[in-house]
Amino acid sequence: MILSDNILSIITFLPLVGALFVLLVPGNDAVALNNMRRIALATTLVTFVLTLIMWSMFDPSNIEFQFVQNFEWIGNVIGYRVGVDGISVLFVVLTGLLMPLCVLTSWESVKKRVREYMIAFLILEMLMMGVFTTLDLAMFYVFFEGGLIPMFLIIGIWGGKRRIQASYKFFFYTFVGSVFMLLAIMAMYWHAGTLDITQLLKTEFPKEMQTWLWLAFFASFAVKMPMWPFHRWLPEAHVEAPTAGSVVLAAILLKMGGYGFLRFSLPMFPDASAYFANFVFVLSVGAIVITSLIALVQTDIKKLIAYSSVAHMGFVTMGIFTANVYGIEGAIFQMISHGFISGALFLSVGVIYDRMHTREISAYGGLVERMPKYAAIFMIFTMANVGLPGTSGFVGEFLVLVAIFQVNTWFAAIATLGVILSAAYALWLYRRVIFGALTKESLKSILDLNTREKVIIYPLLILTILFGFYPAPILDTISPAVQALVSNYSLSIGADLLAH
Amino acid sequence: MIQAIVFFPLIGALIAGLFGSKIGHRTSEIITSTLLVIAALLSWWVFLPIAFGDGAGETIKIEIMRWISVGDLDLHWVLRVDTLTAIMLVVVNSVSALVHIYSIGYMADDPSRSRFFAYLSLFTFAMLMLVTADNFLQMFFGWEGVGLASYLLIGFWYKKPSANAAAIKAFVVNRVGDFGFALGIFAAFVVLGTIDFDGAFLAIEGAKGTSINFLSMELDAMSVVALLLFMGAMGKSAQFLLHTWLPDAMEGPTPVSALIHAATMVTAGVFMVARLSPIFEASTLAMTVVLIVGATTAFVAATIGLVQNDIKRVIAYSTMSQLGYMFVALGAGAYTAGIFHLFTHAFFKALLFLGAGAVIHAMHHEQDMRKMGGLRKKIPLTYAMMLIGTLALTGVGIPGTSFGFAGFFSKDSIIEAAYAVNGWQGTFAFYSLVIAALFTSFYSWRLIHLTFHGKSRADAHTYEHAHESPNIMMIPLYLLGLGAVVTGFLFYDQFFGKEKYIEAFFGHSVVINAAIIDAAHHVPTWVKWSATYAMVLGLLVAYWMYILAPKMPARFAATTPWLYKFLLNKWYVDELYDAIFVKPAFKIGNFLWKKFDDDIIDKAIVEGIGNKVQDLTARVVKLQSGYLYHYAFVMLIGIAALLTWVVVGGGMVK
Repeated sequence: MILSDNILSIITFLPLVGALFVLLVPGNDAVALNNMRRIALATTLVTFVLTLIMWSMFDPSNIEFQFVQNFEWIGNVIGYRVGVDGISVLFVVLTGLLMPLCVLTSWESVKKRVREYMIAFLILEMLMMGVFTTLDLAMFYVFFEGGLIPMFLIIGIWGGKRRIQASYKFFFYTFVGSVFMLLAIMAMYWHAGTLDITQLLKTEFPKEMQTWLWLAFFASFAVKMPMWPFHRWLPEAHVEAPTAGSVVLAAILLKMGGYGFLRFSLPMFPDASAYFANFVFVLSVGAIVITSLIALVQTDIKKLIAYSSVAHMGFVTMGIFTANVYGIEGAIFQMISHGFISGALFLSVGVIYDRMHTREISAYGGLVERMPKYAAIFMIFTMANVGLPGTSGFVGEFLVLVAIFQVNTWFAAIATLGVILSAAYALWLYRRVIFGALTKESLKSILDLNTREKVIIYPLLILTILFGFYPAPILDTISPAVQALVSNYSLSIGADLLAH
Repeated sequence: MIQAIVFFPLIGALIAGLFGSKIGHRTSEIITSTLLVIAALLSWWVFLPIAFGDGAGETIKIEIMRWISVGDLDLHWVLRVDTLTAIMLVVVNSVSALVHIYSIGYMADDPSRSRFFAYLSLFTFAMLMLVTADNFLQMFFGWEGVGLASYLLIGFWYKKPSANAAAIKAFVVNRVGDFGFALGIFAAFVVLGTIDFDGAFLAIEGAKGTSINFLSMELDAMSVVALLLFMGAMGKSAQFLLHTWLPDAMEGPTPVSALIHAATMVTAGVFMVARLSPIFEASTLAMTVVLIVGATTAFVAATIGLVQNDIKRVIAYSTMSQLGYMFVALGAGAYTAGIFHLFTHAFFKALLFLGAGAVIHAMHHEQDMRKMGGLRKKIPLTYAMMLIGTLALTGVGIPGTSFGFAGFFSKDSIIEAAYAVNGWQGTFAFYSLVIAALFTSFYSWRLIHLTFHGKSRADAHTYEHAHESPNIMMIPLYLLGLGAVVTGFLFYDQFFGKEKYIEAFFGHSVVINAAIIDAAHHVPTWVKWSATYAMVLGLLVAYWMYILAPKMPARFAATTPWLYKFLLNKWYVDELYDAIFVKPAFKIGNFLWKKFDDDIIDKAIVEGIGNKVQDLTARVVKLQSGYLYHYAFVMLIGIAALLTWVVVGGGMVK
C-alpha cells in the first residue's frame, strides 16, 4: 500500500509542507494572520490523524521495525532510513497529538511575527518526528540537534523578559552535550562501517569502547532529559518560553533523552549500561529528592512545575537502567503520561498568565471563586502529577518503583520518598493559587476557561484518566518490543534479568 | 447487584460534580442521597443472609476490566465480596447514606452544596473500591482515592486558611504512611511473586522463614512485608506517630468528620490488616508491633482527650483511641474482635459526631464546650441521642449477660483478647486498654456534663435561640442510635461468640485463631469486669469534677501545670515534627536552590567553563532579537559542517 509504505515520511515532512504554505500566505493583515494559523492547525491536525492511522496499522507483536524505507543517500554513508518499533511508535503519536494543541494555545497569545512563529513550530514538529522515526544515526543527530534551533528561536523571540539569557543557556547546555555525541557517532561509524541503526543494533562494540561511547551519548541525553545536576537550563527555559514552547519542551523535547537511552545506550552499549547503572540511579534519586525539595520553595509557578518535571524524569532514567520489563515499560509509560500531564500543567499556567501576565505565585489566590472549572481541571492534573492511582501519572511511577525495588531497595526507598515530597509541593502550590479567599483587586474580574481553552485541555484530561484506569493500549503496544530489548540486553551481559 | 452497590455512588458523584450547577443543589442532593440509600439497602440485602442465614458462601469475584499487565504482573479491576467485604459494605454505605441525608439539613445554607455531595459520593465510591479490592494495587487505588476525597472535604471551606492547612497536612501525613504501603507492595511482589490476594496468600507458606535484603540488612521476608504494609495502616488509621492529621481534620464540615474521620476511612487500616491477616500471621514480630502500636495509641489518645475543649476534637481523639483498640485485637490475633469493634464503633461514633453537629448547629457554629452547658433543656432529643452514643462508647453493660450497648460487647472482647496474649506485650496491652477505658469514660461524661448539664456559659442570645435540628438531621441520628444499641448483642455470636459461629459467619475471609478466641472466652472473672469497673470509675470522677465540684478541674490543672500543658499540647508531637521535618525541608530546599543550583553549578561550573559564552551572551543581549536568526543560521551551518566532516572523514578512513 502506498500509504503504509510512505506513512512515516508523510508524517515527518507534512509539517514542512505546511510551513511552506504559511510562508506563501500573502500580506500581513488580520485575515492573512488567521489564514496562517489555520494552515498550521490544519497541517498539525492532519499529521495527528496520520499518526493515529499509523498506530492502528502498527503490529505490536512484530518486534522488527515497521513501515521501513531505506535508501542510500549522501556518499553511500548517510541513508534515508525510517521505521518505527514499539519503543518509538508512541512518541510519534504523542508529538502528533500535542502539536495541534500548541498551535491552538498560541492562537491569541502570540501577536507578533505570527508567520515566523508558525513556521518555527511546524519545522520543530518535522524535526521531532524525524528524531523518533529515523533509522540513520547521522540523520538522528541532525534531527536531534536541529530541534534546538527552532526551540532556541521560540524562546529567544517570543519569550519573556529574560528570554535571551535563557535561550543561550539552553543552547549552551544542549550543544556542549551534543558535541560529545557527535564524536561518538564518528567513532561508531569507523568501527561498524555503517550509520544504519538496524545494523548498529546488531553490532557488538568492544567493552572498553562501549564505556566511552556510553559516556559521550550520556552527555547529550542527560542534558536533554535533563538529569540532575545537568538541569539548570530547564527552569529558565521554561520560565521564559511562551506557553506552547513550554508544552513542547516538557512534553516532547525532554523525551528525546529518554528515547535516546532506550534506542542507543541500552541496546548498543549493554556492558557499559550495566556498569554505569548505579551511577544513573544515584543521579535519578538525586533528581527525585533534590529537585522536589527545590520545587517546594519556588515562588514562580512555571519554575515549580519545571523542577517537578526534572523529578519526574528521574523516574524515567531510573526505570530505563533497571533494564527489566517493569522498569522500561514504566519509563516509557511515564514519558508518555508526563507528556499529557506536564503539557496540561503548562497549558494551565498559560491560561492564567494570558489573563494576569504574571507567573508569581503570590499574585494569585482564591481563583476557585471566579474560575471553578479551571480549579477542577488544575486539581485533576495536580493529582496526576503527584501520581494518584486512577491517573496515568501513577502507572509509570508504580512500574518503575516495582523495578528498582528488585534491583536495590535503597534506591527504591529514597525514590519512594518522592511520593511524599511531590504531594507537598504540588498541594502547597495549589493551595496558594486556587484556594484561600479571593482578596486581590486584580483577580476580581478574572474569567473562567473559554471554549478554545477547553478544547485544548479536555483531550489531555480524558487521556490522563483513561490511561490511568486502562493503560493497556499503551502497554500492549510497547510490551513485545521491550521484552525483546530486555532479553537481548540480558543475553549480552549474561545475566538473567528477564526472570524477574 | 454488587456493581450497583459500588458504582451507584460514583454515578451520583459524577452527576453532582459535573452537572451540579445546571441541575441545582436540591436535585444533586436528592440524586446522590437516593443512590446511596439504594446502595445501602442492597448492602444489607447481601449481608443479612450471611449473618443470619447460610453463613459465608463462596467468595464472589466480578471482573470489571484489565488494569496493568506487565511481565508477571497481571492486575485487573475486580470486585471481590466475601464476609469481611460484606461487613464493610454495610458499614460504609449505611453511614454514608445517613450522612448524605443529614447533610441536606446541615449544609442547607452552604452555597456550594452540590460540590459537597459530589465529594461525599466520590469518597464513598473510593472506599467501596478499597473494600472490594482483590489485589494490593486496587486497594491502594481506593486508599489514595479516599485520601483525595478526605483532602477535598477537609478543605471544603477553602477560604479558611486553617482548613487548607489541615487538608494538606492530612494528605501529606497519609502519604508518609503510603510510602510504607507502597514499599510493602513492592516487597510483597518480590517475596510472594504476585500481588493478587489469593495468589499471595498461597505463596506465604513457601516464603515463611526466608529472608530478604532490605536496606542492606538481611531480614525476615514476611516481617518486612507485613511491617511496611502496616506503616500504611498507621497513616490511614491515625496511629500514634502518624496521627497528627486526624485532630486537624476536624476543620472539615461535621458530617465529613462522622463519615470519613470516624466511621469509615480511618478504619481502612484495620480493614487492611484484617484482609491481609494471613500475611500478618506469618510474622510474630509484625503482630507484636501491631499490638503495641495499637495499645500505645489507645492510651495516648485517651490522655489527650481528657483536656480538649473543642467538642469535635474530644470525639476525634476518642476515635483515634478506639482505633487503637481495634489494632490491639488484630495484633492479638483476634481479627474478628477488631472487625466487631470497627462495626459497632461506626454506628456509635457516627452518632456522636452527628450529634455534636446538631449541637454545633444549635449553638450557631460554636464548638468550644466552655461556652456551652445546660443544653439538655433546649435540645432534649439531641441530648438523648448523645447519651446513647456515650453509653455505647464507654461500654455500658453487664458482663456475662446479653445486656449492654454496642461498644460494651466489642470493647470487652478486645480487652479479653489482649489479656489472653502471652508475654509482656499482652500485659502491656491489657493495662493500657483498661486505663484507656477509664479515661474514655471520663472524657465522654465530661463532654456530656460540659455540653448539656449545669448552667449555660453561652451568651444569653445564643442559648435562648438554641433549637432542636430539623427532622432530616434527626432521623439519621435515631437510626444510628438504634445501631448503637442493638449491633452489639445482635451480632456478638457471629463476631466473637463460639468458634463455630465465627467460622460459619466469616468463612475464609480472615484468619480465625481458635486458641486466642478460646483463651479470651476463659479469662478470669475480674478481667471480664475490669473494663466495667474502669468505666464506672471514670463516670464517677467526671460526675464529681464537673457536677459536684466544678472548680476541681481548674485547681487540678493549676497544681500540675506541666502535665496539663503536656496533654493540652498533644504530647508536643506536632511541634516536634515541625522542627525536625517541615522546617528543615524548606530550609534544605532553599539551600539547594540558592546555594547549590545557582551558586555552584551555575556560577562556578557553567560560567567557569563557558566564560566566553557568557561574554557572548552579554553582548548579544544588547542586540535586537531579530539578530537571533543570524545565530540560528550559524548553528545550522555548524551542524552541517560537522556532519560533512563525519561523512568525509568516514570516507577517508575507508
